[in-house]
Amino acid sequence: MTGKTFEYAPAPESRAVVDLASSYGLFIGGEFTAGAGSATFKTINPATEEVLAEVTEAGEADVDRAVAAARRAYERVWGPMPGRERAKYLFRIARIVQERSRELAVAESLDNGKPIRESRDGDLPLVAAWFFYYAGWADKLEHAGLGTEPRALGVAGQVIPWNFPLMMLAWKIAPALATGNTVVLKPAETTPLTALLFAEICQQADLPAGVVNIVTGAGPTGQALVTHAGVDKVAFTGSTAVGRGIARSLAGTDKRLTLELGGKAANVVFDDAPLDQAVEGIVNGIFFNQGHVCCAGSRLLVQESVADEVLERLKARMTTLRVGDPLDKNTDVGAINSAAQLARIRTLSDTGDAEGAERWSAPCTLPDHGFWFAPTIFTGVTQAHRIAREEIFGPVLSVLTFRTPAEAVAKANNTPYGLSAGVWTEKGSRILWMAEQLRAGVVWANTFNKFDPASPFGGYKESGYGREGGRHGLAGYLR
Amino acid sequence: MSGSERVEVRKTYKLYVGGAFPRSESGRSYVVSDSRGRFLANAAQASRKDGRDAVVAARKAQPGWAGRTPYNRGQVLYRAAEVMEDRREQFVEQLRAAEGVGQRKADTFVDAVIDRWVWYAGWADKVAQVLGGANPVAGPYFNLSVPEPTGVVAVVAPAGPLLGLVSVVAPAIATGNTVVVIASQPHPLPAVTLGEVLATSDLPGGVVNILTGSAAEIAPWLASHRDVDALDLTGVDVDGDAGELARDLEAAAAETLTRVRRPEPGADWLATPGLDRLSWTLETKTVWHPIGI
Repeated sequence: MTGKTFEYAPAPESRAVVDLASSYGLFIGGEFTAGAGSATFKTINPATEEVLAEVTEAGEADVDRAVAAARRAYERVWGPMPGRERAKYLFRIARIVQERSRELAVAESLDNGKPIRESRDGDLPLVAAWFFYYAGWADKLEHAGLGTEPRALGVAGQVIPWNFPLMMLAWKIAPALATGNTVVLKPAETTPLTALLFAEICQQADLPAGVVNIVTGAGPTGQALVTHAGVDKVAFTGSTAVGRGIARSLAGTDKRLTLELGGKAANVVFDDAPLDQAVEGIVNGIFFNQGHVCCAGSRLLVQESVADEVLERLKARMTTLRVGDPLDKNTDVGAINSAAQLARIRTLSDTGDAEGAERWSAPCTLPDHGFWFAPTIFTGVTQAHRIAREEIFGPVLSVLTFRTPAEAVAKANNTPYGLSAGVWTEKGSRILWMAEQLRAGVVWANTFNKFDPASPFGGYKESGYGREGGRHGLAGYLR
Repeated sequence: MSGSERVEVRKTYKLYVGGAFPRSESGRSYVVSDSRGRFLANAAQASRKDGRDAVVAARKAQPGWAGRTPYNRGQVLYRAAEVMEDRREQFVEQLRAAEGVGQRKADTFVDAVIDRWVWYAGWADKVAQVLGGANPVAGPYFNLSVPEPTGVVAVVAPAGPLLGLVSVVAPAIATGNTVVVIASQPHPLPAVTLGEVLATSDLPGGVVNILTGSAAEIAPWLASHRDVDALDLTGVDVDGDAGELARDLEAAAAETLTRVRRPEPGADWLATPGLDRLSWTLETKTVWHPIGI
């Protein structure tokens, strides 16, 4: 070989498998209905800025109607239904998600901008698995170690983010329904489409009317939902700032609350780590899903003795990342979800430059339309820099170094967040020692960004409270 | 009968071993009658050799089955429920013929059988979370206990055509064991049809092996078999002199310390099961690892 490389030919996934309506109503009481007002908003493809569909903006009257439908379904149908029958509806949903997974994956990539490889191989299999797993719990709640007669809470108001739209829906709806609650869910305003397709799936599964209600809208819709007097339980995934506001507005009420918020995870690489494997883990940790991941490994803590070598290999690996068309099966990094998010990433990155860190971006050609940000690392970052303290929620990695395990722990825990952490070392005892010391809800060792419906997920400190996934994920929906 | 009337094609009822449907190597069969004594079919009468072949098939399938993810095993068991629901009329008809029960009772039992597959499908990826866990030992050690399947389970299925059979087989395979089961001698036909369901449910061949014939004849060879890890005597008759059989089987099993589950006369198979049929075919493995820099 003379160093000549072959270019990838385009390998686009067909979008013909998705049949989107030009406009969508609200899914309330088992039917798509118009909103009480006339407000709508457009959801766009962030890779092209093309309008995908027009979506109804739910107002207070609509939220009221949805909560009433959920209450009715809870009292008359879903609450009294034996667990083994509820289970069968959830199994049906899991199966339909599996059957329609190609279509849903394409819809997700269109609306969100994430690479089809991730929506197809990551999001969708997990969505089906989440429903399958919690389906099995519906008739086994007394075995979950949560008391002998666990009971549902009632109506759950759920607000989810735009980074894993359908997966976050599954994380919220599957355990809520398995435990006998009914739900009103608000998807994020930039990614409502797969939730609306999910409403169709509820219809195909003959899920009783009102058990799942989907109201679309932005912040005010979410606020109306979480503060509605008819909601017994609020589950929110999103930013720490909004989560704090929800906790404040629920103070003094009887509503239960679980929050899955921001993160600034440390990914700690020791000098004995298998470096190629670690570099893959660093790349996966921060560039997976364009870094739009609350548990992203956004702070690399690398042991000083291997820092240069790790950085060299990391940069080499980053130059091979393919940034572009989310529907291309070879794409590694897709589009930033929205103009607003892109602006936020740019602003924070600029503070990195201003505060004295050194920026390096992978050389890549970004498309002319849509929202894009090249995979970027900052070196020479100190703990005082904003890019080491604040969640960027984009493909931007801050690199810091350490000398001793104790210093790694101190730096890793030096954050108000505590969602996740990564540890890379060949030494098992050190992995377990680090896991003990780290104040984080999930610790990945020699791997990163792993999710499974059987595994609890959630944060310490200002990353929120409550756990989703596993046996623990039932607790937030039972009394 | 007019000359033009169509003559039905009847099914040959055979064993289900290693994913195939062989006749008994012995060439024997026995007459199966309906509740009023009328001839229904000839069922294969399994021999000692058939029992051994079945254990070989079960052993061969076991590592692969246990190596599947629990999620995958759960989906396969759920698939069995789907396929069974699809063929429910056939099972209802067979239960009515076998036991002479009415439509309603047969419906109740077939519903319960299908729901039992769903119940155990859900357990496949949860049993470790309920029966395993971290142990807070007094020292700098990570200590975790996980359940693992014991291996090959030989089962004498309870009397009755179907619900008891599924209730003893499903929990054993949900956790990764493989099974050799001797179906109820008077009611072998639904058991063979169940084999057809399993053969079309993505269950790997050899995970469930169904023998029809005499438990008194075959079970002693399974009880003393060195490659059988657990022996479920649930369906062994304990009335009068028959009680000796259960004792002899348990004694034979003792030679290789095969785990034994004793006969369970009068069990209520319609009741929601607990965890015990899952836990008794599981071993607990505890892993220690030091914690330190």
